[in-house]
Amino acid sequence: MRWSSHRGHVRFRKAMNDYIVVDRLSKRFSSHGRAAVDQVSFSADRGSFTVLIGPSGCGKSTLLHIMAGLSAPTSGAIWLSGEVVKTPRADMMYVFQQYTKSIFPWRTVLDNVMLGIKYRSHASRDELVQECRRQLEHVGLGRYAQYHPYQLSGGMQQRVAIARALARRPDLLLMDEPFSALDAMMRVELQDLLLQLWQELGLTILFVTHDLDEALYLAQRVIVLTASPGRIADVVDVPLPYPRSQVETRSARAYLALRERLYKTMVAQVMEGRRYER
Amino acid sequence: MSRWTARWLRDSRLSGIILIGLLLLLWQLSAVYLVDTPTWPPVSSIAQAWVTNIADGTLPRHLLATFWRQMLGYVLAVIFGIALGLAMGYFRVLYNLFEPLVEVLRPIPGPAYLPVLVLFVGIGHAMKVVLIMLASFFPILLNTYSGVRAIDVVQFDTARTLGLSTLQTFRELVMPAASPQILTGMRISLAISLILAILSEMIVSNDGLGYFVLLGQRTFKIPEMYAGIWTLALFGYVLNRVFLLVEARLIKWHLETSGRG
Repeated sequence: MRWSSHRGHVRFRKAMNDYIVVDRLSKRFSSHGRAAVDQVSFSADRGSFTVLIGPSGCGKSTLLHIMAGLSAPTSGAIWLSGEVVKTPRADMMYVFQQYTKSIFPWRTVLDNVMLGIKYRSHASRDELVQECRRQLEHVGLGRYAQYHPYQLSGGMQQRVAIARALARRPDLLLMDEPFSALDAMMRVELQDLLLQLWQELGLTILFVTHDLDEALYLAQRVIVLTASPGRIADVVDVPLPYPRSQVETRSARAYLALRERLYKTMVAQVMEGRRYER
Repeated sequence: MSRWTARWLRDSRLSGIILIGLLLLLWQLSAVYLVDTPTWPPVSSIAQAWVTNIADGTLPRHLLATFWRQMLGYVLAVIFGIALGLAMGYFRVLYNLFEPLVEVLRPIPGPAYLPVLVLFVGIGHAMKVVLIMLASFFPILLNTYSGVRAIDVVQFDTARTLGLSTLQTFRELVMPAASPQILTGMRISLAISLILAILSEMIVSNDGLGYFVLLGQRTFKIPEMYAGIWTLALFGYVLNRVFLLVEARLIKWHLETSGRG
């Protein structure tokens, strides 16, 4: 990323092929409080898998929220393919942590997946239903199309959310701690599913989590945020090969070395955060 | 008591009906053998008056009159209450504008509007419908906008990320999400509408069950009076049951998850 300053304004050179550019993003909720996010800048390429990690309250979810166009930054901007993001865009989809709220309980699983595309497509209803069934098959829920969300487990509900997001064929997937509310076995299953979908569909993924192991297992690159106010503490590249395996990757020497480094950074951040709280 | 009795009392659904039967029996026996006043007629003469009045069409006629005006007022209250409630719940500007007014008008008991309405609308059919509508309006309004305001922001965010327009959001999110609460308001108002219908019939009417009951008391046809009250009890019960059936159909998803199902 190359940029120059010209009379106090920042201009980006046209020769910029970064897909996502976050430019000195700040978010302050009250005029005299501490900032939630403070001058965060990074960029990501198309097709990359970037994970944002940090202690609780470090603003990572706020950052993702702003990136989705759901809230506005206090200063700074986010650029997607050279355009500023102000409101939710059609080429990006968001997966929420609270799947029980995000999936509408008054609709069947199939209708929930349809919700994303039925108002945007001119295809016939049958074609839309076919497409949604395909998406459900893809996440392993082919048999559950007519079920209601309350009849499904947490992991399955989150998979409905993923199917709904993917039905829109987004270029970018923003995921806000999507697996944090699931138990360990479901989490592992969905991590592998996500990696598989990522490789198959060539998505760009921005994933927020507080789980160190999850971050290392999934990411090509991990961005560590400091405790509030959220700034970038460290950027760690994860050169482990794909496809990854829950057993082999997690016991590889490179993984363990990265884990140690990341752990130390994280602990330092948590300590830093505790100091502020006093 | 024996174990069989205890288990029967706990599991059987008939025990309540049998209780009602026993109370009626008590009534009958006390009226025939213990108390001898015209104001406490035996169940048998009430039943006789009831059958007579049904056979000659009196009770059905009055019942229909009550039903008609109650339903008219109620349906109008539902339409206006839900419409305004949705608007107030969704648009903060409208909420801030109208909420103080609602809070001031709401505590006024329905009957208090009666003299005002008599002055403005007269004592005819229209006045009663307006009265019923006014009194039934507020519970629906309040429950509707509370229901809308209680919708979680994650659901609104979801609608936004899915690219839904305002109208689509209303159809896909706001209405279904608020419907359990809206139906609660509608159920409360159903009872209120019946109360106001009967009241208005007692004060300014010449038909309807309220009028019939009062007429029975004034002309000292006491069994008729009780027969009218029985009819009211039955009517109210049936109305409520029908409502619960419709509600179950509409919000099955909610009843299943909230444990009422």
